[in-house]
Amino acid sequence: MAAATATKTGARPVRAGRRPPLAWVGTVPFLAYAGIFLLLPTGIVVWNAFKGNSGGWTLSNISALNTGPVRTAFKGSIELCVISSVAGAVLGAILAYAVASGNPEGLIRRLYLAGSGVLAQFGGVTLAFAFLATIGPAGLLFKAGWYSNFPWGIGLIYAYFQIPLMVLVFLPAIDGLKIQWREAAENLGGSTWHYWRYIAGPLLTPAFTGAALLLFANALSAFATIEAWEDQINYVVPQSISGSLISEVGLANAHEGDALALGLIVVVVIVMTGYFFLQRRAARWQS
Amino acid sequence: MAELNPPLADLAADLTGRPAAARRPGGLRASQRRRLNLFRYTAFTIFGLFFLLPLLSMVRFSLEGLTPGSWSVAAWTQLVSYPGPPPLLSSIEITLELAVISSGVMLILVVPTMIWIRLRVQWFSRVMEFICLLPLTIPAIVLVVGLAPIYNQIERYNVSALMLFWAYVVLALPYAYRALAAGLAAVDAKTLSEAARSLGARWPTVMLRVIVPNMWQAILNSLLLTVALVLGEFTVAYLLGYVNLQTNLFEISRSSENAGVLFSASAATLLFAFILLLILSYAGRRLRRGQR
Amino acid sequence: MRTPFRLGLAGLAAASLLAAGCSSSPSSSSSGGYNWSNATSAASGGGMSALVKAAKAEGTLNVIALPNDWANYGTIIKDFSAKYGIKVNSIQPSDSSAQEVTYIQQKKGTSVSADVLDVGGSVATASTSLFAPYEVATWSSIPAGLKDSSGLYVGDYGGYMSVGYDSAKFGTITSLSQLLGSKFKNDVALNGNPTEANAALNGVMMASLAEGGSAGSIADGVNFFHKLKVAGNFNTTQATPDTIKAGTTPVVFNWDYLNTASVVGQSASTWKLFIPANATLGGFYYQAINKDAPHPAAARLWEEFLFSQAAVGGQNLWLEGGARPAEQAAMTTNGSINQTAAAALPPVTGTPIFLTQAQATVAATYLAANWPKAIS
Repeated sequence: MAAATATKTGARPVRAGRRPPLAWVGTVPFLAYAGIFLLLPTGIVVWNAFKGNSGGWTLSNISALNTGPVRTAFKGSIELCVISSVAGAVLGAILAYAVASGNPEGLIRRLYLAGSGVLAQFGGVTLAFAFLATIGPAGLLFKAGWYSNFPWGIGLIYAYFQIPLMVLVFLPAIDGLKIQWREAAENLGGSTWHYWRYIAGPLLTPAFTGAALLLFANALSAFATIEAWEDQINYVVPQSISGSLISEVGLANAHEGDALALGLIVVVVIVMTGYFFLQRRAARWQS
Repeated sequence: MAELNPPLADLAADLTGRPAAARRPGGLRASQRRRLNLFRYTAFTIFGLFFLLPLLSMVRFSLEGLTPGSWSVAAWTQLVSYPGPPPLLSSIEITLELAVISSGVMLILVVPTMIWIRLRVQWFSRVMEFICLLPLTIPAIVLVVGLAPIYNQIERYNVSALMLFWAYVVLALPYAYRALAAGLAAVDAKTLSEAARSLGARWPTVMLRVIVPNMWQAILNSLLLTVALVLGEFTVAYLLGYVNLQTNLFEISRSSENAGVLFSASAATLLFAFILLLILSYAGRRLRRGQR
Repeated sequence: MRTPFRLGLAGLAAASLLAAGCSSSPSSSSSGGYNWSNATSAASGGGMSALVKAAKAEGTLNVIALPNDWANYGTIIKDFSAKYGIKVNSIQPSDSSAQEVTYIQQKKGTSVSADVLDVGGSVATASTSLFAPYEVATWSSIPAGLKDSSGLYVGDYGGYMSVGYDSAKFGTITSLSQLLGSKFKNDVALNGNPTEANAALNGVMMASLAEGGSAGSIADGVNFFHKLKVAGNFNTTQATPDTIKAGTTPVVFNWDYLNTASVVGQSASTWKLFIPANATLGGFYYQAINKDAPHPAAARLWEEFLFSQAAVGGQNLWLEGGARPAEQAAMTTNGSINQTAAAALPPVTGTPIFLTQAQATVAATYLAANWPKAIS
């Protein structure tokens, strides 16, 4: 038992003690679970992207990605994701600040946090129909011609779950702004503008950008909502993937679907690398 | 979530002995506070309207009768009697059971692992964070393509839709992990565990009876985020050929029978999850107060 | 150190036990009885009564992709269930043909797999390796062009591509070119995405024929919808009874049996449909039995029911749903057809055209490359 006391972070006791250094075994259940149900499926998809319909290895699925409709889908995906993640990040940050600057025990904070937890998951058929019911032809508010416009109409619908997600992800960062910093700025004669420009802004930027990247990745993978919104044109890559899986006019090609998925994964990997880089910088200030 | 951290103002009050109210809230002058409040209430109104209006239209549609201009609560009473196929009530049951199972498995899998990592293998926390973030970024539609062969195997043993929990735990990881990580960070796990172990406690006791009770609110939060996710999940269930609430609603939206049920079921689901989250945010406060 | 592992294991085990729903076992034939999975006709198993007995013993039938309002399937399912006391599970009614095939591949060997499929032509011919050959009692009454020679799939019902519309809003429509007019802003819709859905592909093909093209090329149809889009008349939402009720899609290209007023949920006095004389495009769907059907006897009994020429048999029930049953010609000759229902079918004035497999594939390939451009 003595081996456990007074060790520095991560360091193992100098004396080997009675227990061999196998502490990492405790992570095995989690790793096994994530391995089977997360990493393995992803691996299967990547593997299948390189297999042909007759069973052999091929790059034809990948080269099939270079066709017009696929390029349009990737362009559309990125367009929609940039718009919804920027809008979601900015608006979500504003809302998060409004929530964070109030009473931490207050009702409004609780309401908005509970609401964000719920609405971040709200999507698919019901969200599309809810908007149809609000600004569609028989809508409650008014008939909006831009409702079926890509990417702005669907971007607005995406904002509906992007903003709550931003609140959930970004709020801890704002909460981390210590009051003393604001007071220090005041004492030194700075105005609100100075506080934001020189203290809070730079501090929050990594967390903000990281959260925005997260929103981007989230929008990239969204499928059910845009599919319910319209399914005539494959605007985004998930719709193309779905098309290659369920086409009943003889165009179904599961392996092309895998190649499309691989393309998405590549985009996501790039985005997530950026996210992690930014998170490290943010963590420096928050520890 | 940050609501765990005692407000710094309160903390300062505790330390200095001055009542919290006497300090300037947030370090602002009165005029700045007024401006801030103006901004806050404007923001709340605008965002509140943005989020509420589609929900209100949904509710209004759900109350419409068959002829335009008439009202009826048929869509709401039909929540329990809608025949399907399959019956709406059975898919509601399945989804609720899935929510409970998924959150249970999630907690059992993740909480001990996180505590263990925090205490013994801290370098691993980066890896865990990465893994827990992946599901948010890998599209469900990609994941499900890869999950299909795995579920093929699972279905040789059990065909129930409840088997979806294996995938749902993975999908909920990003949300639950963040909540739990924030909670764990607020607990000084190292000191507590060392104190407990120096008093002779073994690891199970340290985890279950020393650290976990200090993380209650985070655990509740992650539990509820998982529940919210399960209630709203559609893509994986649909593509794997299972029936849950959302796939059932999708079928309803494609059929010509009472479409109002689509709206009433969605509104009811949202309301249920929202009230649950709200109640438990209050319960968390009580638990925390009890520990001071 | 072992604790989280143990806890985790215990939790997973408990969860699995908790989650144990109906356990799966591919239902094999009752011990000692004939294995109906191998039956290629009712006779080979001992005749209809033996089939009925075996099916009742199985007690359940899993069907897939059969919406209640599609060609009267709701009534068909109910009648079959009532007649034989067999419980019918209707899985994912809104599935496409390709999704049906994916489903049976996914659930292969389990008790929740689909027993029978109702699929479009392309999917049927592409998936024969998954089907079991079977010839119903009335096999000879089915036209040769509508069945596979080995019995792997057989045409069940069909219809003609039509345009359904709200006559109260638009008056009477007699030709497609009228749809390019200004009063149809945002009103014209298809039933799905032509690069994925059979009904939508045929809708575009019908437009192609109406514009003077031939069955060999769908280019004119794509062009027509492009013109519609440019005029602002094409609505990309999928037409469903809900969107029609909401007024979003008052003009719909769909099979005629899906465009009748009752199916669409509108009044027969306002909702009309027309089939262009110069573009009478027909299409059939096909029945197939899953090779790994969990309830093989019930599956075959279902087929017998669907193709029975009785007054309350499947063929006449489909007719009542506005679809044209495969045995229509034979039944008209021998008088078993429901005269009233037959008379109520939308009039067909032109020469019917049916797409061959090759033509459908050519059309699909063309659409995949050109449809997104045309309507964006």
